[in-house]
Amino acid sequence: MSDKLALSDDILMNIEKPARYIGNEINCVIKNKDEIDIRFAMCFPDVYEIGMSHIGIQILYDMLNKYEDVWCERVYSPWIDLDKIMRERNIRLFALESQDPVKEFDFLGLTLQYEMCYTNILQVLDLSGIPLLSKDRTEDDPIVIGGGPCSYNPEPIADFFDIFYIGEGETKYRELLDLYKEHKKNNTSRYDFLVKAAKLGGMYVPCLYETDYNDDGTIKEFRALRDDIPLKIYKEIVTDLENEDYPVKPVVPFIRCTQDRAVVEIQRGCIRGCRFCQAGQLYRPVRERNVDDLKKKAMQILANTGHEEVSLSSLSSSDFSKIEELTDFLIEECSRKYINISLPSLRIDNYSLDTFGKVQDVHKSSLTFAPEAGSQRMRNVINKGLTEEDIIGGASMAFERGWSKVKLYFMLGLPGETEEDIKEIGVLCDKIARAYFDLVPKEKRIGGPVQITASTSFFIPKPFTAFQWASMNTKDDFLNKAYITRTSILSQLNQKRIKYNWHEADVSVLEGVFARGDRRLAPAIHEAYNRGCIYDAWGEYYKNDVWMQVFEDLGIDIEFYTTRERDLDEIFPWDFISCGVDKEWLKKEWLKSKEGIVTENCKKKCSGCGAFRYKTGICMEHVKKEA
Amino acid sequence: MKVRIKFAKYGVMRYIGHLDIMRYFQKCMRKADVDIAYSSGFSPHQIMSFASPLGVGVISNGEYFDIELKSGSAKSVMDSLNSVMVNGMEILSVKKLPDGVKNAMASIAAARYTVMMKEGCEPENTDDSKVDDFLNREHINIIKQTKKNEIEFDLKPHIYEFSFDKNAYRMLIDASSSGNIKPLSVIEEYARFCGTHITPSNYQIIREEFYTYDDDHKLVPLEALGEDF
Ligand code: SF4
Repeated sequence: MSDKLALSDDILMNIEKPARYIGNEINCVIKNKDEIDIRFAMCFPDVYEIGMSHIGIQILYDMLNKYEDVWCERVYSPWIDLDKIMRERNIRLFALESQDPVKEFDFLGLTLQYEMCYTNILQVLDLSGIPLLSKDRTEDDPIVIGGGPCSYNPEPIADFFDIFYIGEGETKYRELLDLYKEHKKNNTSRYDFLVKAAKLGGMYVPCLYETDYNDDGTIKEFRALRDDIPLKIYKEIVTDLENEDYPVKPVVPFIRCTQDRAVVEIQRGCIRGCRFCQAGQLYRPVRERNVDDLKKKAMQILANTGHEEVSLSSLSSSDFSKIEELTDFLIEECSRKYINISLPSLRIDNYSLDTFGKVQDVHKSSLTFAPEAGSQRMRNVINKGLTEEDIIGGASMAFERGWSKVKLYFMLGLPGETEEDIKEIGVLCDKIARAYFDLVPKEKRIGGPVQITASTSFFIPKPFTAFQWASMNTKDDFLNKAYITRTSILSQLNQKRIKYNWHEADVSVLEGVFARGDRRLAPAIHEAYNRGCIYDAWGEYYKNDVWMQVFEDLGIDIEFYTTRERDLDEIFPWDFISCGVDKEWLKKEWLKSKEGIVTENCKKKCSGCGAFRYKTGICMEHVKKEA
Repeated sequence: MKVRIKFAKYGVMRYIGHLDIMRYFQKCMRKADVDIAYSSGFSPHQIMSFASPLGVGVISNGEYFDIELKSGSAKSVMDSLNSVMVNGMEILSVKKLPDGVKNAMASIAAARYTVMMKEGCEPENTDDSKVDDFLNREHINIIKQTKKNEIEFDLKPHIYEFSFDKNAYRMLIDASSSGNIKPLSVIEEYARFCGTHITPSNYQIIREEFYTYDDDHKLVPLEALGEDF
């Protein structure tokens, strides 16, 4: 590669962390642009250190660059300091590898991991010189394609995208790229290409659909503007994950990133049907990777990156059937090479405590539990299969082995939650502290006496969950509930040993609006961006007053999107998308939650959610068993 | 065995800061499978110490760090490290240090620099006729800004060589822990002596080499103390 840089020395020397913008990292892919047909800019619309930590991008980057005719490069949101300079001096946003302007690319892919990145999408488009609205783009603009969890309700940002790819990227990109090549060769119109793309399956092309509303603001009908495109878009998934590729040469950043380690994805999906959890539904059914392949790949990644730490990625690692075999292998191999292992999302039991004991200093590290709700009643409502005995028992086992730090995660504002349920948070924390003082005699309290940290976040109902019908709390409800939690903790015997953290409420409200929003929100996002909102996910840059003013000026009723409990038969903005799980099944789950009735996890019993249509993973285990 | 590694850092890599360069080399040691020794304790780390941090924006043809190596030859270490280097990083030499040699940082006595105008910057001080007069002064006093106050400081005993031609300054100056001076202080003072001034951010600094004293009290490059293995 040449020393070509999009930014001048003068700029690079005057901004924070110039390493964010120069590329050239270990394993980044450089191709000769004269020898490729398609240039793909893959963007995570947040700052480099966040975006670089995302394995989804690494998977797609690897996959696309394995195609000889494609060069995929990375793009991230310029940080506030550079953003300002680029606007002042009219500098176009560029991709890291070639340092070429994004505007020259064939595709701009944006991964949508959280709602609070929406204004950053506009930032990226704007700085690239690409019209913000899909309808204003011409043949000279890249095809703007979105993917990731927020594309399952793409409506609030539908105006800004040409295509949304619904589901896992591995399955349909090749077809889409071939279609694009044909379109280039035959010089057909952008519209023609989009229509053809819409027929591929898994592709939502917003400009080909329209929504009609009832007088009360709810949706009357979602219509296709042509009769040759699907009215329901099913998510794409890899049905043979065992034999699916995984990147063994991920890009290694120079600067410290959120995820500064080798990450091995062991499975997709989750067997547990926690009713608040969107990821648990979107990625159904659970599919495991092949354990022998994982071992091999883990070692290859470490060899190719030089990382000093390896971590496993999945929604719930303990549910991976070969978890012990895999961790034992890694511990053995890594200790010889002075490589650390981090094991998040392992359930606390004898095995995991033994394992943690081998890979970390028990006096320094902390145990993590996510009961999500303080009372057993509430945990049944949300279908979180973690009991008080599990928590106290697990913590006690750990205390006997030398641990003294415990972290607990809860949610406030869950449907049907009472003051009593919230107060149980303090009680549960205190019970853990008591267990410690009962079990560990004074002379053995090496890491200092027990330290419990309780954190609460505010519950936001998400599409494709049993709680998609639920009313979300207001900001005042949230703050009041945080206050009740704090008081309940302060009234405990061991309150000095318990630390309490809670989340900002303003930003949760905005997230709640977008999560279940519709197409009528796009002008508000556009307007907020015009008034200077970017980096909304970063507390210090989040401008709540600007957002509230925008909603007011545009006549948008926040409560319509947040606190309103939806009618059982309401048409949701995301109903035209299927993540495999049927709306009828979710409805049953919603009604069961009101009764506090739990649903068994997929391993114990199939509850017929609908994901069987993909004929893979855990669903097929049940078929095998019956046969 | 104690091994001294010399490397160059240039091109886009000049924007990577010192801490990140250290982490980069730790990764390269593993990626290149260099048999480096680790410290003992609960979180072992590679035994590696750098001669001196290099500021962001500065290019170097003579950076050093020492490692403790368990096995391998100079050639194998150099080749395997160079095979994993990114553009703008290059291993220049790998030498074994005899017993008793001080570590890289403690050994530093002087450094050689080239300082020139950055691309696109207008030449500022073009007067190269006053170098001898500048150096022949009894004192080359500058005002040093400390945290509390301003003090007068004499650069002269710390400048070992200095020349200026074709808009490039070349100098060998004190880089020891007790008396190090900055290359830009020298050219700023030279410009003042010529009756003009310069804009420091217009200059590209290139560190060419680090020197230490050998047994005969002669300045030799840091790598000269080591031997092949
Ligand atoms: S169909 Fe049954 S086994 Fe498959 S994901 Fe749904 S509930 Fe689980």
